[in-house]
Amino acid sequence: MASSVLSLASAGPSASLSSNGIEKGKLNLGNCFKKEKTNLFLKTKSVGRISMVVASDVSRFEGITMAPPDPILGVSEAFKADNHELKLNLGVGAYRTEELQPYVLDVVKKADKLLLEKGENREYLPIEGLAAFNKVTAELLFGADNPVIKQQRVATVQGLSGTGSLRLAAALIERYFPGAKVLISSPTWGNHKNIFNDARVPWSEYRYYDPKTVGLDFEGMIADIKEAPEGSFILLHGCAHNPTGIDPTPEQWETIADVIQEKNHIPFFDIAYQGFASGSLDTDAASVRMFVARGMEVIAAQSYSKNLGLYAERIGAINVVCSSSDDAARVKSQLKRIARPMYSNPPVHGARIVASVVGDAALFKEWNAEMEMMAGRIMNVRQKLFDSLSSKDKSGKDWSFVLRQIGMFSFTGLNKAQCDNMTNKWHVYMTKDGRISLAGLSLAKCEYLADAIIDSYHNVS
Amino acid sequence: MMIISRFLRRGISTASTCATRRSWWDHVTPAPKDPIIAVTEAFLADPFPYKINLGVGAYRDDEGKPVVLQCVREAEGKIAASNFLESTSTAVSSKFVEESAKLIYGQDSNVIKERRFAGIPALSGTGACRLFAEFQKRFYPESRIYLPDPTWSNHRNIWRDVHVPDRTFRYYHPDSKSLNFVALMDDIKNAPDGSFFLLHPCAHNPTGVDPTNEQWREISSLFKAKNHFPFFDVAYQGFASGDVERDARAIRIFLEDGHSIGCAQSFAKNMGLYGHRVGCLSVLCNDKIQAMAIKGQLQQISNTMYGSPPIHGISLASKILSDPDIKAIWLKEVKVMATRIHRMRAILREALERLGSPLNWQHITNQVGMFCFSGLNRAEVYLLAKEFHIYMTPDGRISMAGVTTKNVDYLANSIHEVTTCDQDAKILHNTDAYRINTDIRFTSLGASKSRARGMNLSL
Repeated sequence: MASSVLSLASAGPSASLSSNGIEKGKLNLGNCFKKEKTNLFLKTKSVGRISMVVASDVSRFEGITMAPPDPILGVSEAFKADNHELKLNLGVGAYRTEELQPYVLDVVKKADKLLLEKGENREYLPIEGLAAFNKVTAELLFGADNPVIKQQRVATVQGLSGTGSLRLAAALIERYFPGAKVLISSPTWGNHKNIFNDARVPWSEYRYYDPKTVGLDFEGMIADIKEAPEGSFILLHGCAHNPTGIDPTPEQWETIADVIQEKNHIPFFDIAYQGFASGSLDTDAASVRMFVARGMEVIAAQSYSKNLGLYAERIGAINVVCSSSDDAARVKSQLKRIARPMYSNPPVHGARIVASVVGDAALFKEWNAEMEMMAGRIMNVRQKLFDSLSSKDKSGKDWSFVLRQIGMFSFTGLNKAQCDNMTNKWHVYMTKDGRISLAGLSLAKCEYLADAIIDSYHNVS
Repeated sequence: MMIISRFLRRGISTASTCATRRSWWDHVTPAPKDPIIAVTEAFLADPFPYKINLGVGAYRDDEGKPVVLQCVREAEGKIAASNFLESTSTAVSSKFVEESAKLIYGQDSNVIKERRFAGIPALSGTGACRLFAEFQKRFYPESRIYLPDPTWSNHRNIWRDVHVPDRTFRYYHPDSKSLNFVALMDDIKNAPDGSFFLLHPCAHNPTGVDPTNEQWREISSLFKAKNHFPFFDVAYQGFASGDVERDARAIRIFLEDGHSIGCAQSFAKNMGLYGHRVGCLSVLCNDKIQAMAIKGQLQQISNTMYGSPPIHGISLASKILSDPDIKAIWLKEVKVMATRIHRMRAILREALERLGSPLNWQHITNQVGMFCFSGLNRAEVYLLAKEFHIYMTPDGRISMAGVTTKNVDYLANSIHEVTTCDQDAKILHNTDAYRINTDIRFTSLGASKSRARGMNLSL
């Protein structure tokens, strides 16, 4: 685009500039740009004895650098670029079939078709979302007969999948508990800290993963939760911990609840895999329901990205279980107030699909069956991988953590160098923290993967 | 050891602590109602059969019903269920952004050819504005945003929630009910150099008052002189004149002058995709490299707020814009919607003039787009709701989309009544006072009904 010769803005009263004139002189951009080290907008050009300051369609965002690449997406991109025939993508966070193809649930196709036929309008939803969806999502998580629902003590607001729901909660915490910390597990889903950072909520970590046992560092976890300042928010994965796949046992959950109550903390659940972990919606909600049954006030973020495969439609919810219906009404009103300047009202399509599937007995039954199938495939793959590892590895190393871990992801215990070996030598793509996605593994590839893991574990340090 | 003692204590019921435990949320006060949404809620709660909702800016047909555009139905028929797959999302999003940019900047714009824009899909206009506000705060943390007075009420909420203070620049002239151009230029000039301004390129919300092309050129020149950053909120492209190209004139003028602008586009109204939350944020850059950097930053911002917008709406909009047959249908439908609104403006004005209203109602047809800033004061707005069951925002903004051939007479009669029912009301109107006249009685539902019958209101 051609540069245009422009007049210069001046904060001082002296310079008067016409929009077509060429002016010699210093540029004063005013205090907006004091922080900028370079004059972003103008380049000086010398023509003969005249120095022109030429503005060349400059952008005031010139100094902006590239954001660091997303580590997880980077894995998929590297995988795509690899031409090796045995390559395996275990970085993917989305369910794949045995043929390693993406999967659209049958119930979703049916619900989508029903919606198409119904031809409903596309009007704005209320700020809190689709009422039918909010009703079924709370019932799904807490159980339809739960007293907290009957007593209207749950503030439920439709959110944009897990991320959006977490963000609403983070904003609520920032506004009403300024200075309060959120404790997140070490490790946790990479986006958790980003969400709290951008919401300006301070966070710290509690010990979780024990590399020595490739299991839960329960003592460390309890100690760190106890040590946190009273009234902290403890972020817990309801089931199928991401990225480790390591969940507390029911007894451990009780102890965690004890400590949280003792220290007057607030439990904050992120439930991204209800139904997807064990195959049963109720089983996977047990931890949350136990906390609620104790009379605790609980925050719970839900996502339908995995269990209904609705990744791209961004459907989830934030629930705040309060002591009274009055509290719940006020909290809901404040969640709405946070949502309005973010996106005004949430998207309708995903909400209608979930409401259809959960609200229709036949579709709901079908959904349960599909979830069992998906969770079942992953459990089968874990079994096959374990069997392959055990039979191929003669060192006597205990690989049973593969079976104990649950959900889409597993922490293999491989370190960065070993992970690099997995990729460079074996063309197995995974994240550098040692996480593999079982969703991206087929039974057919288990033996190959076992070979790769055994080689990396024993021959690389 | 600690763990063992915990297990021993496990048997003790913790239920007894419920009664004494305090509630975490005691100190949370109820949020004030959103003014625009409160209007709809009041409307819905009203049992009066001839009630009219002139609150929220959603298009209605002449039956007063929401419309799903034909182009949307066609597009929907064509997009497969595979849209749910997260793997196809990226491709669909990119296509959508490209088509949106072409729509606003022009098919043949150099900006498009040279890929000199950073664009990402956003959650309709609100989401696009919010992304930009976050971006502005991140890279110009000390900056302010200049908003026109008045503007859509949610603009202030958006910039406030990202902690960017706002200032207003004069815009609407309440006496003439048109643009206060001299004051506007003055305020632009007096703002510190390099300020961020939010502009409505067409169909200003809530006033319906737009600068002329010539005025836009002057504004653009002054912006250049002052090095201001123009951020356009494009919520009504196609709704103002019925022609999408014409409605983009302001932006094209700024582009011709070499501004690098930011632009929030919404497809809520012009494609009727309200609930799908379809929009696009674009920021013009020096070159492709910078565009990629900015796009990455914008994506990071959206990643912590909601990830990415839902694919369904993006697929629909992308299909509509890229399929020539469907696009042709869309352009016709936009014209139909805009034309109906123009007609309602004309009819309402004629009706008020026929009633012998002593007030000047020219602004109804002068103003453009979905909204009419009626000039009614709070007292009159209150009366219209209470006595006549006609709902609008307290600032007197009427959504013309809610006016139909069937209700326009009742509307005109009602407005006429509240503006001329007694001398006090006239004074209130002329001086734009805001106190409710206590002499005015509020009638019951029965009286309202007979009043409606007396006006020969047909169903």
